Amino acid sequence: MSTPNSSIALVLAASFIGSFGATFLKGGADRLERNFKSLLTNWRLFAGVATYLSSFLVYTAGIRNGELTVLYPMVSLGYVWTLLWSRIFFNEPLTKGKFMGLGMILAGILVLNLGNK
Amino acid sequence: MMGKDFIEKGRYGTIVKCAEKTNLNTATVEAPVIVESKKNLRKSLTMVFGCTLLGATAQILIKSGLKLLPQHAGLFELILIGLTNWQLMMGLCLYGGSTVLLVLALRYGELSMLYPVIALTYVWVAMLSLIFFHESVNIFKATGLLMIVGGVCVLGLSQKK
Repeated sequence: MSTPNSSIALVLAASFIGSFGATFLKGGADRLERNFKSLLTNWRLFAGVATYLSSFLVYTAGIRNGELTVLYPMVSLGYVWTLLWSRIFFNEPLTKGKFMGLGMILAGILVLNLGNK
Repeated sequence: MMGKDFIEKGRYGTIVKCAEKTNLNTATVEAPVIVESKKNLRKSLTMVFGCTLLGATAQILIKSGLKLLPQHAGLFELILIGLTNWQLMMGLCLYGGSTVLLVLALRYGELSMLYPVIALTYVWVAMLSLIFFHESVNIFKATGLLMIVGGVCVLGLSQKK
């Protein structure tokens, strides 16, 4: 049994959606104050949870067919997106080390895809 | 106080609380600083290790639950059947549990130190898939997996201050 490309596409899409979940949660957490009202009126937190939930649904649709040995590591593409968003939205520095890590993850996903026969 | 300095400090869960406290009340509040000790690091590493085991088991349960779902069915029907599928539900619970454990672990340790341990999840999922689903392994899959694990480690350790 090999992994259909549609499953790979769904898992990669889920990692993309999920990275926005982390971004929303971070944005929400930065604006959080220590009272109940600020928790309930914090739309970014809710958007984060909703985004994570939809990312999970897309992920389950993706891993329904195909091999976990191929599909699960592909979730790591989410790290690449998240670093991109934290650079854009939170001005976090993109260091040499981060670039190297990203490169290794991307290359790993490509090599993994080669093993999918 | 929401500036870059605050975000940088945000990596240490405990220090965020102090910052919030001093923000709400005035400077009279003493900031309780938890010293990052070896004991705390070991505690958080153990918790994250448990978290990877839980997370990997969750993946295997979710996958085996999904396998039992009918291939051709409407979304509503799938959700109904899924809700009565114990593997799927158990997997979701473990998944949630591992997330809670990770958040708790972050209170005691720096995220960058925990990344390499988190990356172990990829290894566990692959090993469990070989055992339970008799998935194939080849040189590309093994190399790709190791590159990803290495990449996550490099990524985490490069965020160390």
